[in-house]
Amino acid sequence: MIRFFNVTKSYARTGTAVHDVSLHVGKGEFVFLTGPSGAGKTTLLKMVYMEERPTSGEVQVSGTSSLDATARDVARLRRKLGIVFQDFRLLENRTAEQNVAFALEVTGAARATIGPKVARVLTQVGLASKGTAYPKELSGGEQQRVAIARALVNDPFVLLADEPTGNLDDRATRGIFQLLREINAAGTAIMMATHNLELIRRQELRTIEMNRGGIVFDSAAQRRVVREV
Amino acid sequence: MRSLRDAFVTFRRTPLLSALSVTTIAFSLFAFGLFGLVALNIREALDRLEDRVELRAFVAEGTPTESIAIAAADIATFPEVLSARTVTQDQALARARRELGEFRDVFEGAVLPASIDIRLKPGFRDPATVKSVAARVNTFAFVDDIRYGEEWIQKLYRLRTIAGIAGLVLGLAFASVSVIIIGATIRMAVLSRAREISIMRLVGATDSYIRRPFLLEGFAKGVMGGLLALLLTWLARLLIDRYIIETVFFDERIASLGLLFGAMIGLIGSAVSVGRHLRTV
Repeated sequence: MIRFFNVTKSYARTGTAVHDVSLHVGKGEFVFLTGPSGAGKTTLLKMVYMEERPTSGEVQVSGTSSLDATARDVARLRRKLGIVFQDFRLLENRTAEQNVAFALEVTGAARATIGPKVARVLTQVGLASKGTAYPKELSGGEQQRVAIARALVNDPFVLLADEPTGNLDDRATRGIFQLLREINAAGTAIMMATHNLELIRRQELRTIEMNRGGIVFDSAAQRRVVREV
Repeated sequence: MRSLRDAFVTFRRTPLLSALSVTTIAFSLFAFGLFGLVALNIREALDRLEDRVELRAFVAEGTPTESIAIAAADIATFPEVLSARTVTQDQALARARRELGEFRDVFEGAVLPASIDIRLKPGFRDPATVKSVAARVNTFAFVDDIRYGEEWIQKLYRLRTIAGIAGLVLGLAFASVSVIIIGATIRMAVLSRAREISIMRLVGATDSYIRRPFLLEGFAKGVMGGLLALLLTWLARLLIDRYIIETVFFDERIASLGLLFGAMIGLIGSAVSVGRHLRTV
């Protein structure tokens, strides 16, 4: 489903962000991506949704290859992915419902199907009664739920979450994490970048640890890869 | 349909910025329109002057009237000639008295030569053509002298050329400034929606989908700006007409071209701004 083959990503000004990474994330998996700031987690996620292309190596996501994907292919791929960020990235001048509907509208979904789908995902994330609220009227946790609803509305096969609990207190963090587990239980794979080691420790989930652009630990491989940089 | 709705929603959501864009387009085009109005009126004035280009072939005394009439008919068949009219000695005297009323006594008993007055078709009034027609008319044996204000025609044409070049250069300058200002205004509108654009991309919108409402918006702003500019130019012309000098206004064809120009500037400005933005994000 998601495959990295010896992927390296370098920037002219800041140097190498990801170095020689190979990995495979299967259908329905839940993967934690951890490591210190600047380890390359965000760059790695960006390469999954093809915001960035590798300098060398190849990324394959659901049949789309980083080697030959056109802008249109990338747009089509993103309709099958859900993406969630630390800062929610909601449109302030639209209600929760409108924010979620937005993801369907831009993909050219039939108008009649939008309303019921939006209602379904808002119920799924526990915000059925707050559809008409604007982001600034919602708590951080609720805003992130709206962002997750927007990510889910196209029935993605994987949800990419870049520090989704980074701006939230403990209680909201637990709530969001619980929600992600439920989404995963329903069959959607999750790749979640996080600093929250406590959250990781409490779970028996696949954990990939990155440092200085490389993978230094992958619990799926059950072995520590020591890399010299 | 959705793009159209999106374009109008933008107008509603950001009324101030939209109004600013339309006003900027309108004032840029208004400046362009005012300049166009001046250029048009200079051209009209020159055309009116050019209408007065005339050759007068003076006929030797004693030439039979029939010969003059035959020559005039012959000259009238020249491809450049609009009309060739014979003026007898009496008619010449009457005309001189009419035109120079206060000196009418001077012409008492005077004798003025008969002439053939030749007018040229539009497009054949340039110095070279006038000169060549004059040379041909001069081959008639009884033509004594031929006058056509050579210097005056040359001056008129020099003025026309200068006005034409100045018009082109200033017009291009005005148009470029308009495009730059309008491009910057639309870029501001694009930047104010940068967040929306980045989210659209994240959820899988294609670039053409993102571009469409901006193009429609730019087109609509261009048309509105063009209409406003046309109205302002018309009002300005009304004031000039009333207080300064009588002027002519653009005909429907030029007015429609102006509107189309506004629409194209809006459309191109949007396309460039959005394209640049999409390439950088």
